Amino acid sequence: MLDVVDLNIEFHDHLIPETVVYDFDLHMDPGDIVGIVGESGSGKTMSALAIAGLLSRHDMQKRGQIVFNGTELLTCERAKLRSLQGNEISMIFQEPMTSLNPVRKIGWQVEESLRIHTGMTKTERYEKAIEALSDVELPEPEKVYHMYPHELSGGMRQRVMIAAAVICKPKLMIADEPTTALDVTVQAQIIELLKRINHKQNTAILFISHDLSLVKQLCERVLVMYQGRIVEQGETEQIFHHPQELYTQNLIKAIPKIVRNFEMR
Amino acid sequence: MRYVVKKSVTFILTLLLVSLLAFFAFQIIPGDPAIKMLGTQATPEKIAALQDKLGLNRPMPVRYLSWLGDFFFGDMGESYSYHMSVSSMLAGKLPITLTLTLMSFIMIVAGAVPLGIYTAKHKDKPVTKAVNVLNQIAMSVPPFFMGILFTYLFGIVLRWFTPGGFVSYTSNIGGFIGYLFFPAVAIAVPKLAMATKMLQGSLLSEMQLDYVRTAYSRGNRTNGVLYHHVLKNAMIPVVTFLGMTLADIVAGSIIIEQVFSIPGLGRLLITSISNRDYPVVQAIIVCIAVIVIIINYVVDIVYQILDPRVRGQ
Repeated sequence: MLDVVDLNIEFHDHLIPETVVYDFDLHMDPGDIVGIVGESGSGKTMSALAIAGLLSRHDMQKRGQIVFNGTELLTCERAKLRSLQGNEISMIFQEPMTSLNPVRKIGWQVEESLRIHTGMTKTERYEKAIEALSDVELPEPEKVYHMYPHELSGGMRQRVMIAAAVICKPKLMIADEPTTALDVTVQAQIIELLKRINHKQNTAILFISHDLSLVKQLCERVLVMYQGRIVEQGETEQIFHHPQELYTQNLIKAIPKIVRNFEMR
Repeated sequence: MRYVVKKSVTFILTLLLVSLLAFFAFQIIPGDPAIKMLGTQATPEKIAALQDKLGLNRPMPVRYLSWLGDFFFGDMGESYSYHMSVSSMLAGKLPITLTLTLMSFIMIVAGAVPLGIYTAKHKDKPVTKAVNVLNQIAMSVPPFFMGILFTYLFGIVLRWFTPGGFVSYTSNIGGFIGYLFFPAVAIAVPKLAMATKMLQGSLLSEMQLDYVRTAYSRGNRTNGVLYHHVLKNAMIPVVTFLGMTLADIVAGSIIIEQVFSIPGLGRLLITSISNRDYPVVQAIIVCIAVIVIIINYVVDIVYQILDPRVRGQ
């Protein structure tokens, strides 16, 4: 379904060009859940944005191939890319607080992809939006439909983002650190929600995070990125139990563990 | 309901304060209406008699309260110099100033919104750079100077209008609008430039925000992002500015009416001030204050329509 071959991303905003992603390769089949982990600045978000077709700065150059169901996303026409965005490939972002338009109603934003990509009538869209909002387990979807983003909590806003991202039943959803801004209990709920969507709609998920414990809960395969390169990849179990690279070993060591202290009363 | 009550209380308090200031300002500045009215025939006896007739020798607070009481019941008094009722004078002048204000405001909005959007959308094009330079120039030219230029260029050289040849709206509405066109442009130009710059800046900074990326990720075109997402957000600060501008034009028309010899509220205000025609001056000031307060009220409502975050606060 998705094949990324030798993706390189270079910035030309300086006399000496700077490569932020080197030879990125990725293959995903329908229904796959793949994680990309790495520290800030390792190039994971850049790679994800490139796949979603959202890197359009004039001072950057992308080389390589991103083939999605037979379409080469880097070289295809803009109209073709737009017809996939929000429809076949959707994306959710790190900051649910700012990723929604503050002056538009939730319902309007959730059904936006339908308005762009389908010829549905207003009532059909409304029904779909209510369905999507209840699918992401928002209480009283009819009420939420008419609310504005500032009236919702961070976790609820991220659910709204997910509802908007899955309303067209995309083949691929890219989640760029979707839980970083949320507290731990909400994080776990969002992970469960992503798992359910993957099961129910067979949506492939590319999950980007620096939180290894979340990746371990959700993903079947993991890519580890460091300084723009994929340093290690493989099955989640294997990476976590038998990391080959020193960097991966250090990353795993850095996961905080809860050690029960029996001396404490 | 609470909102309406709160607004009405503010409205009344503001008006009281404005009327108080207008009233006492003329107690402090030198000049006596009685002397002005009598002119060369002013003898001490005549002055005293006239002051007595006009009630000018009563104590200040008494005069203020009696004026306020009359005003409250719709009696604005009688002009000292024209011997007409102030309300009928205002009724004749108000439509002129309001038309002038409205015309220049429409020009500002009709010019600034498309220009702001266009220049934000094509921010690297030479057209935009030219517009930005023109804006800078337009902003720094005061309306009265623009008015003098227009009078010379369009009135004297090109003869597109007759300077000083004001046509009343009662006799020829087309000619009236035609005569007000250039004054309206003179008022509009600097404000239009400012509003354009503001909308452009506001649009460009909104385009950097996260929700724009979300909008693109759903398959929106740039126009879709601009018109469905960004514009409404970007208009919020611009509406505040336009509200202030509208209030500013009402007050600013005083000067431009002088330049183009338009017998509007502003001109009446200036003659009345120099004649010490207190009832007229006070009525005009209160009238302008009412207009400004109403504009602020409308801006408040528009603001709430645009931005759900300020609703219900």
